[in-house]
Amino acid sequence: MASLPVQALPASKRLDEPPPAHTRIGPVILSVANISLDFGGVRAISDVSFDVREHEVLAIIGPNGAGKSSMLNVINGVYHAQQGRIRFKDREFAAMQPHRAAAMGIARTFQNLALFKGMSVLDNIMTGRNMKMRTGILAQALRVGPAEREEMRHREVVEHIIDFLEIQAYRKTPVGRLAYGLQKRVDLGRALALEPEVLLLDEPMAGMNVEEKQDMCRFILDVNEQYGTTIVLIEHDMGVVMDISDRIVVLDYGRKIGDGTPGEVRGNRAVIDAYLGATH
Amino acid sequence: MNIPRYVPVAALSALLAAGLIAPLATGETAPGFWVEVLIGGLMTGVLYSLVALGFVLIFKASGVFNFAQGAMVLFAALAVARLAERMPVWAAVIGAVVIMIALAFAVERLVLRPLVNQDAVALLMATLGITFFLNGFGQSIWGSDIYEINLGIPREPMMVLGNVFEGGVLVNRDDIAAAITAVLLVGALAVFFRRTATGRALRAVADDHQAAQSIGIPLDRIWVIVWSVAGVVAIVGGVIWGGKLGVQFSISQVALKALPVVILGGFESVPGAIVGGLIIGVGEKMAEVFLAPPLIKAFDLAGGGIENWFAYVLALLFLLVRPEGLFGERRIDRV
Repeated sequence: MASLPVQALPASKRLDEPPPAHTRIGPVILSVANISLDFGGVRAISDVSFDVREHEVLAIIGPNGAGKSSMLNVINGVYHAQQGRIRFKDREFAAMQPHRAAAMGIARTFQNLALFKGMSVLDNIMTGRNMKMRTGILAQALRVGPAEREEMRHREVVEHIIDFLEIQAYRKTPVGRLAYGLQKRVDLGRALALEPEVLLLDEPMAGMNVEEKQDMCRFILDVNEQYGTTIVLIEHDMGVVMDISDRIVVLDYGRKIGDGTPGEVRGNRAVIDAYLGATH
Repeated sequence: MNIPRYVPVAALSALLAAGLIAPLATGETAPGFWVEVLIGGLMTGVLYSLVALGFVLIFKASGVFNFAQGAMVLFAALAVARLAERMPVWAAVIGAVVIMIALAFAVERLVLRPLVNQDAVALLMATLGITFFLNGFGQSIWGSDIYEINLGIPREPMMVLGNVFEGGVLVNRDDIAAAITAVLLVGALAVFFRRTATGRALRAVADDHQAAQSIGIPLDRIWVIVWSVAGVVAIVGGVIWGGKLGVQFSISQVALKALPVVILGGFESVPGAIVGGLIIGVGEKMAEVFLAPPLIKAFDLAGGGIENWFAYVLALLFLLVRPEGLFGERRIDRV
């Protein structure tokens, strides 16, 4: 497995075997507190709070319309909550802005593919490096020395991501022509190009067959283990969720009804009722 | 009905080509004159292309159909003409660039940002408002007479190809300068879009706003950049047009001719704007000169006027057979 050459990783993260959860997981890196979100009178989220710890894999689950995607959109600033605070790396926000979230190290993928259809796989992932480019427009246009070197350096990172996601064969293909499962990988690749600390994945396995799901699970776990990236994901496939998550937050009708390890959540009465329908 | 996509395009191209060649083939027209009409048409086409280019840039990056592009051309031309009374032309052009960038900031801050996520109709109405404001405001500060822009290019036309055609071909020097400028501008824009990180960001925003934001591209800054670029394109168009015919209110009406151009070329295509502009420029000029006389004779009409409606009829045909234009993307919506 290739590794990103961009930052020297601490020795513990270079081990082939992932360290056990209690040593891997660090302090709280992101927390949302008392978030409430309305859309013109319709309440999407009410008073939801939870913490995300460094290096963990956190799943947000819940029936359709529970407010899961809205929650991700609040964290990365697409929606602005009417109430509540978001705390990320010791900075507190009432409302995040998407480009600031990206600049601070929060990347995301989308439930419905949101790739740049006219561009190749390579260019799509390259856009993830845009923020990190420092040379001036003129230098880039003329491809003078420093700009050329910078382009090469970013290109190298992107090539590693492409290797990592096993999409070498499609580097120059316009993404619109790729199969759905591959497009999902490109979406993930573009987010990885930001070298995020927190990666928000909105249904990364939706619409995939079993084999594609297994691949995607492997990529997510590898990202988490090799680069220590904190993962927050929304997923409907309970088998997958139970397998790969360290912790699960359960939403139902915009409220939080469960929060704990897979084992705890599995035995939570409210969660079982929400999924199977309560008998009164 | 399932006509392959290339059929209407091929048919149209054949028809245009036939119409172009016919007067030559029948020997009714002197080749030299034919070439002069062609060049005249290409020149008008360059101007249409430049205005259409402004439309396309803004539409690509923000999905806004900027009705005010024509007013921006007039405003920019007025700025250059009036500033040039007090300073050299090159300094006036730089001044106009500063003014158009300031305008881009103002539009983003006062119009686009408050209306973000509103209906496309609301934004279209807003740009209509900008059109009338710019036309009026431009006259308030720059005046409403006809002004000259003197680029220092000799007025008398050059005689070229004298050994090919009998009597040669008359070409205006400013036309040549204009064509070269337009080519350079388009080349510079292509390099900007293809090679720079900002260009890549602009293409990203054009494809998907939300995804672009999620990788750290600030939409508001992109809008300022794209409106600034459209402003600079407007300056080039305004200076070429104004240098040729004088700066006057009618420049603002060119925008209406750029509409059929973008329909022909495709709303999101830079090459489409250029090719579409040239086709319409040449087409309407050729139609006026070569198609009108036989029509007038045959049907005992009062006069020509084909130049005025040719572009719109062509655009209408395109809307019927190929609504996405020559180079536009065919949108397939997944539900």
